[in-house]
Amino acid sequence: MSKRIDKNTNHMQYTEDMEAIDSDIMDQVIAEMEAYDAAKYTAADVKRALDAETCSPEDFKALLSPAALPFLEEIAQKAQKETRKHFGNSVMMFTPLYIANYCENYCIYCGFNCNNKIKRAKLNTEEIEKEMRTIAETGLEEILILTGESPNMSSVEYIGEACKIARKYFKVVGLEVYPMDSKDYAYLHECGADFVTVFQETYNSEKYKTLHLGGRKRIFPYRFNAQERAVMGGIRGVGFAALLGLDDFRKDALATGMHAYLLQRKYPHAEIAFSCPRLRPIINNDKINPKDVHEPQLLQVICAYRIFMPFASITISSRECARFRDNIIQIAATKISAGVNVGIGGHTGEEKGDEQFEIDDARNVEEIYQMIEEKGMQPVMTDYIYV
Amino acid sequence: MKQDKLVIGGHEFDSRFILGSGKYSLDLINAAVQNAGAQIITLALRRTNTGDTANILDYIPEGVTLLPNTSGARNAEEAVRIARLAREVGCGDFVKIEVIHDSKYLLPDNYETIKATEILAKEGFVVMPYMYPDLNAARDLVNAGAASIMPLGAPIGSNKGICTKDFIQILIDEIDLPIIVDAGIGKPSQACEAMEMGAAAVMANTAIATAGDIPAMAEAFKKAIEAGRSAYLAGLGRVIEKGGSASSPLTGFLKD
Repeated sequence: MSKRIDKNTNHMQYTEDMEAIDSDIMDQVIAEMEAYDAAKYTAADVKRALDAETCSPEDFKALLSPAALPFLEEIAQKAQKETRKHFGNSVMMFTPLYIANYCENYCIYCGFNCNNKIKRAKLNTEEIEKEMRTIAETGLEEILILTGESPNMSSVEYIGEACKIARKYFKVVGLEVYPMDSKDYAYLHECGADFVTVFQETYNSEKYKTLHLGGRKRIFPYRFNAQERAVMGGIRGVGFAALLGLDDFRKDALATGMHAYLLQRKYPHAEIAFSCPRLRPIINNDKINPKDVHEPQLLQVICAYRIFMPFASITISSRECARFRDNIIQIAATKISAGVNVGIGGHTGEEKGDEQFEIDDARNVEEIYQMIEEKGMQPVMTDYIYV
Repeated sequence: MKQDKLVIGGHEFDSRFILGSGKYSLDLINAAVQNAGAQIITLALRRTNTGDTANILDYIPEGVTLLPNTSGARNAEEAVRIARLAREVGCGDFVKIEVIHDSKYLLPDNYETIKATEILAKEGFVVMPYMYPDLNAARDLVNAGAASIMPLGAPIGSNKGICTKDFIQILIDEIDLPIIVDAGIGKPSQACEAMEMGAAAVMANTAIATAGDIPAMAEAFKKAIEAGRSAYLAGLGRVIEKGGSASSPLTGFLKD
């Protein structure tokens, strides 16, 4: 096992047991982000971006800028048009399943972090199967398997077993687990997984260093290159996200988009997805932090992702409220979770471990299904075939 | 008058409109099929649910020929596997080959498409390959056993119309199989244009799926396709490039 990673460890240096790939995507993304001055964009730049047939990185920067906020309605309309062209009226449904919450990282903003005294648990294969059977009975055909980030407690083999069980009950199996080497992704693909999402949290490495004080997650480049290693391992689709609000959300959203953009250019077959988590602003905090992510800013970011990469899947979290989710699926998001339970073992009513965060939208699968239909949209349980 | 039938792989159809089934509400499929007068409807196998929830297969009216597509396939091998699966689950012998490994534009890979066509035609499928309009690739598809050729007008979902017009015209002129314009058709006038050019049929999905009134748009397409077909059969009049034309400016002297 490698030596302990703590707050004195150089966060930009791979440890010996981490696979280092030959890629310049990170340097390009960081350079773009550092050069991005959101304040210099004007209304004219935003209008140009709205008129452009294809959205260039420069247009994307304009759409993320403060100057774009007064144009939010027009931006939303353009985003909706793009969504319709690529996805028609479809909205995909899925649910996350937390199989373990052990974690070896010390991320100061996270409820799962290793220094928090929470109830830790891990489902065994029988329990995983029971949870999955219960979920499958609701009609869902896509599942997202999550663990805390503990390669010791939740090994690649353990996750692989969960994928094999998932293949019996679901058509689409996604993973949101700790970053690993390409050979591990290849193994998990063999076990039935085909989508990997890794949240970079913030792309500002200096800020990242102050938030991730221990564990393998502290190593910024290893996390950054996880999606590329996943694609190299044969994973079909990869998801990107920054936790908006940790740092300057405009820069983080730009970096997230550029990360996905450059990866898709290098691997044209890779399917791209975005998640859009945010830190909720504290009430009346605007003067303290003018870069808070309120709903208008969140909508702006999601629409900018859509216009920049019209073919990408965009997931809307149950951490957002029902009103926001019901509207965003008509504008730009294409995937929505339903029947969410973020505890360990929560689907069968025998919760063994604590939750990472509280959800806002607790509607079950049937309720979300009906809501989508009432909006004149088509709920889709699967749009995928494992080959 | 001789009946004007569309013949694909020995099967005869009166309608020249192939309807997509994705991207819109399942309960509108029936109305769309009826109003479009469509006899062939495409179906993405990856969209078919096997669970208890709404299965698209239950919404497709009887008597309509299913054309399962291989969307999701990134190479010939995957397309072949999806096609075999479609046949196993009872979708029949028709298959539309889609091999795509570009997630941005969804443009088809002609080379892999030819390989898949060859394998599946030998297995008795009625193979209808979706392709980028290239004459050499089209000839290879003919030799591989395709039952029709489905060149794209523009990228899927773009609603841009027949951007590849001149190249599709070459296929219509040179290839003896039915040429079915697929993808990019955004409005009825563009479908009409394809038929006037001599296309055997038109396939559309997004244009209808994203219309305000889906059944009404399906009907508008039906009429446009029929009008275009009639115009083609009637023989279009000559188009004068610019100005009027003198009766015989160069050869009139012969009569002097």
